[in-house]
Amino acid sequence: MDLQKHPFGSLKESGMKTVFLSSAAISIITTIGIVLVLLVETVSFFREVPLSDFFLGLNWSPTIKPTFFGVWPLISGTLYFTFITALIALPVGLLAAIFLSEYSGKRLRSVIKPALEILAGIPTVVYGYFALVYITPLLRMIIPGIKTFNVLSASIVVAIMIIPTVASISEDAIRAVPQSLRQAGLGLGVTKFQVTVTIVLPASLSGIMSSFILGISRAIGETMAVTIAAGNMSRLVNPFKPGEALLHPIQTMTAAMVEIGMSDVTGDSPAYRSLFAVGFTLFLMTLTLNVVSQMIKSRYREKYQ
Amino acid sequence: MSRKIMEKQSQLISEKDNIRTEQIKGHFFLGFSIAATFFGILSLAALLVYVFWDAAGWVNWHFLTSSPSRFASKAGIYPMLIGSSFVIMLVAVFSLPLGVSAAVYLEEYSPNNFFKKFIETNIANLAGVPSIVYGLLGLGFFVSFLDMSHGTILVGAFTLTLRILPVVIVSSQEAIRSVPDSQRRASFGLGTTKWQMIRSVVLPEAMPGIMTGTILSLASAMGETAPLIMIGAATSIFTAPKGILSSFSALPLQIFAWSDFPGEDFQHGVTPAAIVVLLLILIIMNSGAIFIRHRFSRK
Repeated sequence: MDLQKHPFGSLKESGMKTVFLSSAAISIITTIGIVLVLLVETVSFFREVPLSDFFLGLNWSPTIKPTFFGVWPLISGTLYFTFITALIALPVGLLAAIFLSEYSGKRLRSVIKPALEILAGIPTVVYGYFALVYITPLLRMIIPGIKTFNVLSASIVVAIMIIPTVASISEDAIRAVPQSLRQAGLGLGVTKFQVTVTIVLPASLSGIMSSFILGISRAIGETMAVTIAAGNMSRLVNPFKPGEALLHPIQTMTAAMVEIGMSDVTGDSPAYRSLFAVGFTLFLMTLTLNVVSQMIKSRYREKYQ
Repeated sequence: MSRKIMEKQSQLISEKDNIRTEQIKGHFFLGFSIAATFFGILSLAALLVYVFWDAAGWVNWHFLTSSPSRFASKAGIYPMLIGSSFVIMLVAVFSLPLGVSAAVYLEEYSPNNFFKKFIETNIANLAGVPSIVYGLLGLGFFVSFLDMSHGTILVGAFTLTLRILPVVIVSSQEAIRSVPDSQRRASFGLGTTKWQMIRSVVLPEAMPGIMTGTILSLASAMGETAPLIMIGAATSIFTAPKGILSSFSALPLQIFAWSDFPGEDFQHGVTPAAIVVLLLILIIMNSGAIFIRHRFSRK
């Protein structure tokens, strides 16, 4: 046999397997690396800054003395921005998914789907420019009081960016609903609209939820568009004053990280380490959402296969 | 008697009305769905028309071959073009072999057990980590821990490689999975070893799919900004990098730096020009990927 003729053959075989295995292991090493790096720097951050200052403080000013490391302005900014973005992106993405799976013909779908994918392929820094230079002046024609940096225009562009995520996962879920359920509804004489709303959507609810959660997670982690368009003013957002919150600048966790990254803080200062504390908070938030989204998704897969 | 008929009639009419309102609701719903489907596409189309319109006349040879300047008429993107190309080439060199071998392990070697599921879940989770967190990994690991100097091409390439690796692995896995098992058996039947089979049958067959996925990931790396800021890459630089240990800036970083530059010439001239160059590069990369997919796709 081949292996007997080449005594080193089997050595090579197992050698190649080891190479492949170690490449696959890199993904695990990466995860461990992310967690370790974030954890180590976060722990040394909390040696200098008390936990209560970070989690209860209402001021964020890491680089200018006197420094404040209260994360609430950033979290409130992130959550508010994410809420407004979700308000636009989730319904739009879901309706697009319904149109693609229930109404559009095969031909139209084969054109629209790639076109939707392009929305996710535009770099976020470009979306930031679009929001700042094109959309905000456009909004100012309708809302004269809108500031140059504001939540609304950033939310609009980020919503456009995450529509494909929501639409494509929702569409997969809606398509997984067996045709027989639709036919049963139509056979009872109800309209297509009623079939969609009362049969198809409830049946694909878990997949739709999973797409929503993933979309929200994307919005939370979005960086450049919010940094450019929503400004860099850390303040506690009051969601009950929508006019003030929506039309004024904020600072998200990601934007705050960019601000520190751009400043000349050295590797040995609380400001530098606060970068990792905020990053860790961000990482935990998005990881939780992603895991929940996957759990819901795997559940609906089991249901119809 | 006649009252009963009248009642029946009015009942029928109200039912008809009901059906009517349901139909109208349906029409409205369809209208909303169509509007939603085209909202993003048409908005982006309008924005692209704007940006190409603004960039017209600004994208020229001088712009591509000069350094940035505070005078709009002199500004160019040459150092960033070189920086971006350098980084992306390195990312390709790192991520292609790593991604493909990880995919080969998962698809050809790993038994379908807990370990495989663990790695795949892990990869899926990594794909969802915000790109700025990869920047922190680069900063904390390569720059602080390994003491590499910050803002260099090598650190940038390492960071972006880790960023896109999950997607490269998943798309390579799909390409490898699509190679029919009959071909593997035919190869074994000829007496090849497993590695010979993978090298001479699976990889050549899967290569178009692998290339398509890799090029698309590289295009996404081309537009990444936040991780590069975190590892200390300059947002603007006047000389092109000379080697992989030079500090550098990339095209999206320069767009970020220019995005809030005051002055009409920058806002509606220089910045759009840089954006158009970046978008053209992305279009070329994506078309390349689509071309490979169509040219080599199995019928």
